[in-house]
Amino acid sequence: MHQPSTTPRKSIYYDYKIYPFVRPPELDGKGQRHTVAVVGAGPIGLATALDLARYGIRCVLLTADRQVSEGSRALGYTRRSMEILQQVGVASRIASVGFPWRYGNSYFRGRRVYRLDVPFDDDDRFSPLITLQQQYLEEFLVDRVAQTDLIEMRWGHKVTGVKNGADGVTLDVDTAEGAYELQADWVIACDGARSGVRQALDLRMEGSSYEGKFVIADIRCDLGLPTERLAFFDPDWNPGNTVLMHREPHGLWRIDYQLPPGESPEDALRPESMKARIDAQLAMIGKAGTPWEVDWCSVYSARAMTLPEYVHSRVIFAGDAAHMLPIFGVRGANTGWQDGHNLAWKLAMTIRGTAGPRLLGSYTHERVKAAWEIVDEASKSVRFMTPPSEGFRIMRDAVLSLSLTQELARPLLNWRTSRPHEYTDSALNCPDDESSVYRGGWPLGAQIRNVRLGPDDFLLDHLGASFYLFLFSRDNQVPQDLRDAAQALREQGVPFQIALVTRPDSKGEGTEGADLVIEDPSGHVWDRFGIERGQGAYLVRPDQHVCARWITLDATRLTRAVRKALGH
Amino acid sequence: MSTVNIAIKDLEIFYDELAESIDKAGPEKASLFLAKLALLLANEVADVTRLRQALQVSLQDL
Repeated sequence: MHQPSTTPRKSIYYDYKIYPFVRPPELDGKGQRHTVAVVGAGPIGLATALDLARYGIRCVLLTADRQVSEGSRALGYTRRSMEILQQVGVASRIASVGFPWRYGNSYFRGRRVYRLDVPFDDDDRFSPLITLQQQYLEEFLVDRVAQTDLIEMRWGHKVTGVKNGADGVTLDVDTAEGAYELQADWVIACDGARSGVRQALDLRMEGSSYEGKFVIADIRCDLGLPTERLAFFDPDWNPGNTVLMHREPHGLWRIDYQLPPGESPEDALRPESMKARIDAQLAMIGKAGTPWEVDWCSVYSARAMTLPEYVHSRVIFAGDAAHMLPIFGVRGANTGWQDGHNLAWKLAMTIRGTAGPRLLGSYTHERVKAAWEIVDEASKSVRFMTPPSEGFRIMRDAVLSLSLTQELARPLLNWRTSRPHEYTDSALNCPDDESSVYRGGWPLGAQIRNVRLGPDDFLLDHLGASFYLFLFSRDNQVPQDLRDAAQALREQGVPFQIALVTRPDSKGEGTEGADLVIEDPSGHVWDRFGIERGQGAYLVRPDQHVCARWITLDATRLTRAVRKALGH
Repeated sequence: MSTVNIAIKDLEIFYDELAESIDKAGPEKASLFLAKLALLLANEVADVTRLRQALQVSLQDL
């Protein structure tokens, strides 16, 4: 019998709520087959379920706990993640309480040697990074789930076994009122780094782990410092190691420090040990004696690993269940959301029967490639923050020493951050479009970036769960053959909209046939898309990545490109 | 790396000054000092092919 705790977790700032256990129909012999079962209701499971719901796909969402996750955890969310969270309807809530930030400072020997400034583009709605404890993020996602009847949330349901087949999956699920079998056409495993589903299928990740262990601790402490990342290299109290600090809402600070080799997590988390180190860190930044108390703490080690394949028959992996990545650069949840957003439309099209044979495989191809790119980039940060050998330690110390006076060395302290990836060699990209003619705009595989349309109005605000053909035409007309092609696609079950971006010099005439009209009096959207020849078109996937672009377009070329984008 | 770019007089001056600098750094900091010097001189050479050659040659006959 699975009996998760129904005592709210302790926190000095967050009120954990216990969500109800609902006896499932399966326990009374009335179970029905589910289209999709999502295992794990962390940030990725919740967002992916919501994303699927936008295509009308029902799912059941299973989580072993009866409350949201413990601790602030992910904490920092990138601009791209916020754009994805906007698509599933929780971004404005997060933005209203989170702390936006863009600056990071690196200190060595009491001096600031590097200041990272991530530009906040005027065309972006969301700041480069925003900080909010994960409990709130999950709570907002759970509230959003409650607003749709397409997602059945099952609190206190623990998956204990997986029987995977060519046509579906049987999950063994344990609850406080007994165990049952759940039948699903598809299972999405979003059950985290220690994924039970991954273990049940005996799948192994490839890659490596790093030696170093880190403590992360949230302390409530009134430091009076701004919301800027702080990195301290080689402090006296933690020689050779790095200490990070991030400001959080509700008066909290995240402190992150490396442990000496050989120290066990148990020893590291003992109150006396933590007190000595946190006191030393506060003293170093001139805040000795400021009262503080710990809310939550944990030990982690950095890893650089991924499953080589994310789709296993009817079980699909996303988030930390699929990969464990170096965390420097906020790469946990921020990578997982990109997985889920890439997967949701592809699985929806597969379920609807509009997908070609290459579509689901492209999820693995695109996201495994992204995982290796992340490993490559983040490993540079890991080698710097936690040098793995004497040679790397000497080079790191050389850079730190030079950075006190030499500009040359400072970019080597750059803290590389999670970013969206370009699916340049995706099988879904159109092979014979006119993308190479473009000088600006967004290349194949890249995400279309946001464009400011007004004081509180941005392009991505207007996009929903659909393919978009962005049309830039000389006369603001949507040709009849394109309208017919769009209609034919919709009748086949492909969500498809034509977004006409009006000419800067037009007066709003003749925009019939467009499903979405973007008024562009200043021509700024035309510029951002790199439209230079008086006309153009972009085919954009439901995950906002470009899969074709043209100067001239007809229905044949469009239909062929959409078929390719669907994996045919 | 057969081309000789530096005049022998200058090389002799650098030889002595580098030896004295290594002494100034002291035995504990000698590696750190040489690593810093290598990075600064890498900036002067600014050609990764030549830098790699220099690494290989330096690893020979240790």
